[in-house]
Amino acid sequence: MSTQTSYESGLDKFNRIGKTTNLFFHLLFILLALLCLIPVVVVLSISLSDESSIRETGYSILPTALSGDAYSYIVKQGSMMTRALGVSVLVTAAGTVIGVLLTTSMGYVLSRPNYKLNGLLTWIVFIPMIFNGGLVSSYYINSSLLGLKNTIWALILPLAVSSFNVIICRTFFKSTIPDGLIESAEIDGAGQFRIYFTIVLPISLPVLATIGLFLCFSYWNDWFQSLLYIDDQNLYSLQALLNSLMSNVDALARNASTMGVSYAQLVATMPKESARMAVAIIIVLPVALAYPFFQKYFISGLTVGAVKG
Amino acid sequence: MDARVARKRKRTRWRKHDTELTLLALPTTIWYILFCFLPMFGVIIAFKNFKIHGNFINNVFNSDWVGFKNFEFLFKSNDAWIVVRNTIGYNIVFIILGIAVPVALALMVGQLHSRKAAKVYQTMMFLPYFLSWVVVSAVVWAFLSYDKGIFNQLLSDVGRDPKNWYMEASYWPYFLVFMNMWKGLGYGMVIYLATITSMDSTYYEAAVIDGATKWQQTRYITLPLMKFVIVLMFILAVGHIFSTDFGLFFQVPRDSNSLYNVTTTVDVLVFKQLKTATVGMASASSFLQSVLGCAMILTANWVVRRVDPDSAMI
Repeated sequence: MSTQTSYESGLDKFNRIGKTTNLFFHLLFILLALLCLIPVVVVLSISLSDESSIRETGYSILPTALSGDAYSYIVKQGSMMTRALGVSVLVTAAGTVIGVLLTTSMGYVLSRPNYKLNGLLTWIVFIPMIFNGGLVSSYYINSSLLGLKNTIWALILPLAVSSFNVIICRTFFKSTIPDGLIESAEIDGAGQFRIYFTIVLPISLPVLATIGLFLCFSYWNDWFQSLLYIDDQNLYSLQALLNSLMSNVDALARNASTMGVSYAQLVATMPKESARMAVAIIIVLPVALAYPFFQKYFISGLTVGAVKG
Repeated sequence: MDARVARKRKRTRWRKHDTELTLLALPTTIWYILFCFLPMFGVIIAFKNFKIHGNFINNVFNSDWVGFKNFEFLFKSNDAWIVVRNTIGYNIVFIILGIAVPVALALMVGQLHSRKAAKVYQTMMFLPYFLSWVVVSAVVWAFLSYDKGIFNQLLSDVGRDPKNWYMEASYWPYFLVFMNMWKGLGYGMVIYLATITSMDSTYYEAAVIDGATKWQQTRYITLPLMKFVIVLMFILAVGHIFSTDFGLFFQVPRDSNSLYNVTTTVDVLVFKQLKTATVGMASASSFLQSVLGCAMILTANWVVRRVDPDSAMI
C-alpha cells in the first residue's frame, strides 16, 4: 500500500484513467457490490416480514409488511435456539483458544534453528498438506476409535490445527523475533515455556490475531462437523440448527416451553418462514458486523498464504 | 576450527532446551498423530470388507482382505463416470474463471480515482466469503423456491409460468458456477490486488514519461509482473482438481435427486456412500481421491519448482 501514498502527486494525477472510464468502472463495481450485499438484505427482510404476507406474496427483497414476530417467537419459545447459540459460542471460543495455542506453540518450536527434532516435526506438519486419509477413514477413526461421535469435542478438535496456519506462524516468528532476544532470555535462565508464554506470545499479536480470526470464523461457520458427528439435537450449533430447519422448519417448535399449548398448535401458529431466516440472520449478523474491522488481519494472512502455499 | 568443533558438538548433544521444546510441541504432535496420521493408515479399509459395528481396531484387523473388489464395484456403478466428469469439469471452469475474473476486477479497482470507494467496494465484495454454505443455501432458497421464490415472482410478473428450479437440471451448472464465483470473488481480488499494490511505482513513472497509455502500462508492466502469482495460483488450483467444495455441491442444490447428474462430485458421492453405510465403495472412492489428489499436488509442486524454486513446497 506504500506506493499509494504519493497518490496526489502530479504524475499520478496525469496518469489516470479517463473520466468516462472511471464512471463506467464505478457503475460496474456498484453493481457487483450490490450483488454481494442483496442476498443478505433479502434474508434480513424475510426475517422481518409478516408471516401472512409471505404466505400471500412470497419472499420479497424489501418487506411488504414489517413484523418482529420471528424474533419474539425465537426469544419466547426458542429454548432450542438458545441452546444452539450457546453451543456455537462455546465451540467458537474454546476452539479458537485451543487452536491458537496448538498452532503457535508448534510454530514457535519449528522456528527455533538449533532444535534437534526440527526436521522430524517439520515433516509431521508438512506431510498432511500433501496426503490425507480422506473422509471415510477420518470419520471412522474419529467416531469409533476416538469416540468423538455426539460429543462437543467432535466440533472442536478436528478443526483446531491446520498446517497452513502453523507455517504462517513459523514464518512470522522466524522473520520478526530476533534470535538475540530468545538467546538473551536463555542466558538469563528462562525455560522455553516461559520464553514462549511471556516473551514470544506478547510480541506476536498480529499473527495471533490473524490465526485467531481464521479459527474464529471457521468455527462459527462450520456445519460439516455437525453433519458428520452430531445426531443429538441438544448439541446442534446454530449452523446445524439452520441446516435442519431448511428441510424441516417445524423442528423449531420441538423442545419449546409449550405453556399449555399443544405441539400441533404451536407448529400451526409459529412464524415458520421468517423464523428460519431469523436464525440465518443471527448467524450472519455478528460476522457481517465484525469482518470489515478485522479485514486487515485476514488479508495479511491470505496474502502470506498465496505466496507460501 | 574452534567454531567447527563447537558446531559439531551443538549438533550431537541433546540439551535441556531440546527437551523443553519437545514438551512444548507435544500437544500439537499428538493432535497430528490422532487427526492426520491415524487416518492415513486407516485407508487400508478400502481393501477390506470392513464392518462398521463394534471395536474399530478389531474390525480393521479382523475384517477380510478383498483386494480391489471395492474398486471394481465402484467402477461398475454408473456413478463413477458422472462423478469424474462433474469433478473435473466444474474444476476446469472454476480455475479459468476464478483467475480471469478476479484479475480483471483487481486491475480495474486499482484504477479507480477514489481510493475510498475502491476500499468500500472491496469490503462489500468480501462479504460472501464469510458466509457459510448453509446460510448461502438459505439465500438461494429465497430466490429459487417454487411457490415463494423471487425468481418465480419475477417470471409471473412478466407473464411466464413458474419453474421448479430444484428439478431443472439444465440450469444448475450455471447456478453453481455463478455461486462459486460470487463467494470467491472477494478472496481472489485480495490476492491479486496485494500483488498489484506491491509493485514498484517507478516502472509506471518511466512508462508515463515515455508516453505509454494506461492500456499499454497494464499490458506490458502490470500483467507481466503478475504473471508469476497467476501461474502459482493456477498450479495450486490444478493440484486440487480432484477435490471440490462439498458445501457448494451438497448444500446449495439442497441434495435434490433430480439434480443428481449435474451436482454429484467426488466429495458428495463419498459423503452419501458414507451416510448410507456402503462403506466398501465409500472407502474406495475416498482412497482414490486421496491418492490422486496427492499425485496432483506433487506434480503441481514439481512444476512450481521448475518455474520458481523459492515458491515450491518441497
